[in-house]
Amino acid sequence: MNLPKPLPVAETPLLALSGVDAGYGAVQALHGVSLTVQSGEIVALIGANGAGKSTLLMTLCGNPPPWRGEIRFAGQNMTALPTHQIARLGVAHVPEGRRVFAQMTVEENLAMGRMAAPQEGRGRGDEAMRVALERVFSLFPRLRERCRQRAGTLSGGEQQMLAIGRALMAQPRLLLLDEPSLGLAPQMIQRIFATLREIVQEGTTLFLVEQNANQALQLANRAYVLVNGRITLTGGGAELLASPAVRQAYLGGH
Amino acid sequence: MKGRWSTAAWVGLVALLLFTPITGLVLAGYSVELHGQRPLWLACMAVLGYGLFSLPWKRWLSELQRSTRSEEVDAPPRVAGSRRYGIALAVLVALALPFLLGKYGISIATLALIYILLALGLNIVVGLAGLLDLGFVAFYAVGAYGYALGQHYFHLSFWLALPLAALLAACFGMLLGFPVLRLHGDYLAIVTLGFGEIIRLILNNWVSVTGGPNGLSAPFPTFLGLEFNRRAKQGGVPLHEFLGIDYASEHRAIFLYLLLLLVVLAMVYVVVRLKRMPIGRTWEALRENEIACRSLGINHVTVKLSAFALGAMVGGLGGVFFAASQGFVNPTSFTFFESAHILAIVVLGGMGSTTGVVVAALLLTVLPELLRDFADYRVLLVGIAMVWMMILRPRGLRQRRRPLFSLPLPKGEGP
Repeated sequence: MNLPKPLPVAETPLLALSGVDAGYGAVQALHGVSLTVQSGEIVALIGANGAGKSTLLMTLCGNPPPWRGEIRFAGQNMTALPTHQIARLGVAHVPEGRRVFAQMTVEENLAMGRMAAPQEGRGRGDEAMRVALERVFSLFPRLRERCRQRAGTLSGGEQQMLAIGRALMAQPRLLLLDEPSLGLAPQMIQRIFATLREIVQEGTTLFLVEQNANQALQLANRAYVLVNGRITLTGGGAELLASPAVRQAYLGGH
Repeated sequence: MKGRWSTAAWVGLVALLLFTPITGLVLAGYSVELHGQRPLWLACMAVLGYGLFSLPWKRWLSELQRSTRSEEVDAPPRVAGSRRYGIALAVLVALALPFLLGKYGISIATLALIYILLALGLNIVVGLAGLLDLGFVAFYAVGAYGYALGQHYFHLSFWLALPLAALLAACFGMLLGFPVLRLHGDYLAIVTLGFGEIIRLILNNWVSVTGGPNGLSAPFPTFLGLEFNRRAKQGGVPLHEFLGIDYASEHRAIFLYLLLLLVVLAMVYVVVRLKRMPIGRTWEALRENEIACRSLGINHVTVKLSAFALGAMVGGLGGVFFAASQGFVNPTSFTFFESAHILAIVVLGGMGSTTGVVVAALLLTVLPELLRDFADYRVLLVGIAMVWMMILRPRGLRQRRRPLFSLPLPKGEGP
C-alpha cells in the first residue's frame, strides 16, 4: 500500500468552494460557504440537523445549483455543470439513506455505478469492469458473498457498503459521502469507517458529511463545522475533537 | 361456533321484525293484508348474508396467497432450450393461424396483435421506466392519424407512412416528456391523462383538417405496388391476377396479419434486447431510484425522454396498423377507455415482463370476443379479474424474471 504523501499547500486543491450561497426556492440554506479539500485528504463536515450539510453536498452535485460563488474541481470550474456531468468529472456521491436499487441484484447495482466511469475505461468494457469490481469486492468482501442477491434484501450496513461500492465503481477521484453512519449499528459504523480509511489509502479523496461528529472527527484529517448555513469553525480532526465548543455542541461533553 | 348460530338467529329475528311492517303489510282497499312470505324471504336472505360474511375469508385468502406466492421467489433461469422451443412453437402457430381461421378470426387476431404492440410500447414506459402513463392512447392516435392524414394530404403510401408515423409518435412522446420530467407518480398520471384527452379533443374538433367526428379513410396497404382489390385502380394489376390465383377477400386480411406479425416479432426482439442493454438497465434503475441514478452520473432527462419516445414509437406503429386494418379512423377509437385497457394489459401481464404482456394482450383481446354473449359484463369481468390478480399475483400473470445480468466475475467464481 503506497500512502499518498501530504501535498504542499500551494497545490491546487481537489475541491474548492468559495463564497457559495445556495438554497431552495426563496429559502437560503447556505451563506457564503468556502472550503477546500486537498487531494488525498479526508475532510469532514459536521453540523446539527438542518445546518445545511446535505444541501452543501447536493449543491456540489449541481442540484440545486449555487446562487452565488464558485465551485472548482481540480482547478476546473464546475459551478454551472449539470449533475450527471459533475459525476463524470470523477466526483462520486453516496446519497443520504443509501438509495440502492432494491429490485436489482448487488452486481447489477455495482454495474450501474460504471455509468459515470471515464470514457476510455468504459470502452474496454469487461476488463475495466472486472478491475473496478475486484477492488470493490476486496474492500467489502461481504458484497462478493451477496453478489447475486437483491439489494433490497441486504441489511442496512450491507446496503451502505453497496452504496459506497457502487460509487467507487466509477473510480472517482473524490468521494462524497452523505451520513454514511445513518441508522447503522455502532459496530457496523466502525467497520465502514475502517474501510473508508482504506479507500483513502488507495488514493481516493474523501469528503464526508456527518451528524455523528465523534466518528467523523476521529476519521478526518480536517473538519469544518457548519451552523445555520455558515462555516463557524475549522481545524484538524483531533483538534476539533478536543475543542470545548465542539464537545459542547455535538459530543454531549462538558 | 355456538355464538355464530345465536347471532344468525338474532339477525333473522331482527330482519323479520324490521321487514314485517315494511314489506309484509300491504294496503288493500281500506284494510291491511298480511303477506307473511315476503318478510320471511328477506329474513332468510339476511341470515344467509350474515353466514357468507362470517365465513373465514381472511384465512382462505391468506392460504390462497401463500400457495401462489411461493412462485414469486426468483426462479433460476429455465433451461434455455425449452424456452427456445416454446417461442418457435408460438411463432409457428401464429404463422399458421390466418390460414386456419375465417375472416372474422383473422380480424380478431389482427386486433390482438395490435394490442400486443401497444402493450409492448406502454410496457417500456410504465413497466421498465416506471413512468405511469394514463394517456398512452394519444400515441396510438398519432400513429393512426399520422397515416390517415399523411395519405389524405401528402399521398403517403403505407410503406412510407409506417416509419414516418412511428417517428411522429416518438416526437409526440418527447413533447409529452419535456413538461413532465419533474413529475412522479400520481401527478405524472394526471398530466398524461390530460395529454391523451387533448390529442383526442383536437382530433375531434379540428374538423377542417382531421374531419372531426366523421373521421378519415385510411387505404389498405399495397404489396410491392400490387393492390388487393378485385380490380385495381387506374389500370394497375391486382395481386391475385399477378399471381394467377382466384380473388379472395381474405387475402388482404391474411397479408396484413402476417405483416403485423412480422412487426410484432421485430418489436418483441427489440424490447428484449433493449432490456439487456445499458439503456434498459438505466430505465429500471430510474424506476427504482431517481436520486441514486443522478448521483451516479446518469442524465435522467435523456433516459426519461428515450423511454417516452421509444414507447410512443411502438404505440404509433400500432396506430398505423389499426388505421390500415379498419380502413377508417375517427376519434371515438381513442378514448381514455383504450388507455385503461392497455394499462390493464401491462398490469395483468406483469410490469416489465415481455412474455407476460404478450399473453395478457392475447387474453384481454380474445376472451371478450369469445364471450360476446356477456358483452354487457365485459368491464365487470375485467375488473373482477384485476382485483383477483392483485390479491393472488400482485406482480402480474408472469412474475417478472429480470434478464439475468451478471458481471464478468473475477477468476475462480463461476463462469
